[in-house]
Amino acid sequence: MTMFAVRPGGSRHLAGTGTLLRFALRRDRLMIPVWIAVNALMVLSMPGTLEGLYGTPAERADLIRQVETNSSLRAMVGPVFGDSLGALTAWRVGVYAGALAAVMSLLVVVRHTRDEEESGRQELVASGMVGRRASLTAALLAAAVANGVLALLVTAGLAGQGTTGALALGLGIAAVGMVFATMAAIVAQLTESARLARGLTAAVLAAAFVLRAAGDSGTDGGTSQAFGTGGGSSVPTWLSPLGWLENLRPYAHERWWVLALLAGAVALQGGAAYALASRRDLGMSFLPTRPGPASGRLGSAGALAWRLQRGAMLGWSIGFFLAGVVYGGMTEGAADLVGDNEGARRIIERMGGQSGLTDAFLASMIGMLGLVAALYIVSSVLRLHGEETSGRAEPVLGHAVGRLRWATGHLVIAFGGAALIMLLAGLGFAVGYGRETGPILGACLVQLPAVWVVGGVAVLLHGALPRAAMAAWGVAGAVLLIGWVGPALDVPQVVLDVSPFGHLPKLPGGSMEWGPVSVLTGAAVVLVAAGLAGLRRRDMST
Amino acid sequence: MTKAITVSGLHKSFGRTHALDGLDLEVAAGEVHGFLGPNGAGKSTTIRVLLGLLRADSGAVQVLGRDPWTDAVEVHRRIAYVPGDVTLWRNLSGGEVIDLYGRLRGGLDTRRRAELVERFELDPTKKGRTYSKGNRQKVALVAAFASDVDLLILDEPTSGLDPLMEEVFQACVEEERDRGRTVLLSSHILSEVEELCDRVSIIRSGRTVESGSLADLRHLTRTSLVAELAGPPDGLSALPGVHDLDVRGHRVRLQVDTDRLDAVLRSLTESGVRSLTSTPPTLEELFLRHYQGEAAESDRAVAR
Repeated sequence: MTMFAVRPGGSRHLAGTGTLLRFALRRDRLMIPVWIAVNALMVLSMPGTLEGLYGTPAERADLIRQVETNSSLRAMVGPVFGDSLGALTAWRVGVYAGALAAVMSLLVVVRHTRDEEESGRQELVASGMVGRRASLTAALLAAAVANGVLALLVTAGLAGQGTTGALALGLGIAAVGMVFATMAAIVAQLTESARLARGLTAAVLAAAFVLRAAGDSGTDGGTSQAFGTGGGSSVPTWLSPLGWLENLRPYAHERWWVLALLAGAVALQGGAAYALASRRDLGMSFLPTRPGPASGRLGSAGALAWRLQRGAMLGWSIGFFLAGVVYGGMTEGAADLVGDNEGARRIIERMGGQSGLTDAFLASMIGMLGLVAALYIVSSVLRLHGEETSGRAEPVLGHAVGRLRWATGHLVIAFGGAALIMLLAGLGFAVGYGRETGPILGACLVQLPAVWVVGGVAVLLHGALPRAAMAAWGVAGAVLLIGWVGPALDVPQVVLDVSPFGHLPKLPGGSMEWGPVSVLTGAAVVLVAAGLAGLRRRDMST
Repeated sequence: MTKAITVSGLHKSFGRTHALDGLDLEVAAGEVHGFLGPNGAGKSTTIRVLLGLLRADSGAVQVLGRDPWTDAVEVHRRIAYVPGDVTLWRNLSGGEVIDLYGRLRGGLDTRRRAELVERFELDPTKKGRTYSKGNRQKVALVAAFASDVDLLILDEPTSGLDPLMEEVFQACVEEERDRGRTVLLSSHILSEVEELCDRVSIIRSGRTVESGSLADLRHLTRTSLVAELAGPPDGLSALPGVHDLDVRGHRVRLQVDTDRLDAVLRSLTESGVRSLTSTPPTLEELFLRHYQGEAAESDRAVAR
């Protein structure tokens, strides 16, 4: 008792943090290891792959010259700072590994902060011997543990290429993770909804990615300056934490002070999150919920589905349009690419096109957006799962609403929405690039059958194997990984063929092939039909 | 009398768990039927089968003369359902949800909606997550009572309501009955059941253990007697239906199955009765007896 009296509001603020941390790590015992493993595998498989592609000094010199002269390539993967295998690895996957670590971190932090409050679980937890700051601390520590393990794996795995560079890359990736962990901690104080907190933090990450891309495409960076002696990234790159990671320059005269920049950002954001958290009540937020109308106009299950999904739909639409504008603006420079290096040319070709490097650039960018659209369709289809497991579907289905009609409302938004965002991306390209609008729109729309197949798999999982519905995320992730990293990894065609995106015609530039497009569309229809048939026949889970 | 709900021999398993094990239930049209049982007895599972959300493994189920699995939508048109734990969409106001539910049932009576919002003292402009448990419950109750249906299925609908609102709820249920509607009410609040229900069904471990009017059920239970006798009691322990007999000198306490009361009284008067208190079974006793598992029953049998 005296302790409370003597130290009012003292160290007891952290009471229970250890227990909560262990609990958080136990709840995430599958999620965190999978994220770490995928990320580490991507990084650690790089040296071998790059060795195969750029074995000789001549080939590497060639590659570096390409990156110097080609702004779109720099936009995609950033500038090269050295020609060692380590430096090339850091160049090729550093930013992507940092982005993956960021996604993992923001998911972990929001899950153990705002998610807990929103669901009401936090109330019961907080009523125990738990300090006011314990939950936030435990969430940040869980993210720190995850990022720390990742840093350790990357450092140990790349030590063969040089310990210093490996340490720099490992710490850099982990630090970017923590920047977004603390960012998520701030956003979680602002919004009342975990979904919105995740969305906003992810939007910041996307902006960081776009800023870095724009900054790197605009300047020739340090690339030409005899590796790391001079040159600097442009302002947009320096505005992005992902740009900082790049400027840490692992394996190319590491600039350790950049790490201090990252650490400073973590400390600052963490402090802000704690300050915000201490100024609000449990479950409340700084962006409070406004009252709604006393009576509503919603009159059907379809209208309800639209009402529930329109916010996300708007966000995705804006994002895809802007991405189109930015990538469209970068297209011009793609023509500069000098394809002397067979390996690099092969990558670009396998990622996208066969003829015309501008077309190849467009095709690979549009292909990338198609892959991201697969994430949209999975999130949209899985709304069904969320509605069902949260118990909100039950009263709706207790009315004169058939299951098919209930599901159809959401599926129209999922499958039609995918078409809408790809169309908007195409319009964005038209704005940013201004040429070939017709073929670009066609290329955007031709991604849809593959996107729909992924959506169809999600519908099938939800309908036939509701307990495994979340595996649809795994499917989308695998497709994304195959499409994103696969071509650079020289993986066998059999693996590339697993992804529906591997069968699409390479547009613009290639010739339209109706065969695979029709087959994929047919497959999507069959998957959706099978999923709906399963949904009709099974028990609703509660 | 026509039946609103008939269930016979209903089985439902989830993996190795047998949630329902041959359950029977009959609800006559126009009655308020209490649906009782301890936690985990299978009440909510039964209700989900009645709503066609779960498919019965075996057994016959008819709701308003139809199969709720195959004709779910048609059946639902004439049903209003209130779950015990109402979950709302965080970004929709209570009013919007009430109107949505009303329209999904083919329209609701706006005058009645306004009146109910008033009576339940609900603020319809607040949004999902900002409602307390009781207020979320009110949203579902207003939507249900304001709609024009034949059957209300209420699964612990008053959890979280304050006593005043509980009274409003009971008045609403009585109005529904007066309009000739059928109500299936699952509840743990015994006073509510006693006040409202014409008949009750008690289930345990997925099986119906008792069904009938409250008067019928009372008849099946025990009356407590305390008697001061003129002489020592004789042969009481040998009488059938006597339980927990406790004799101290001339003072006798016992419980007797209500249908065996006659013989016990005769035996007592033979010894000469100075005073006699008889306590009819309380509702709690009645339920507790049915709620207790077979293990408890046999324990008592051994202890006797």
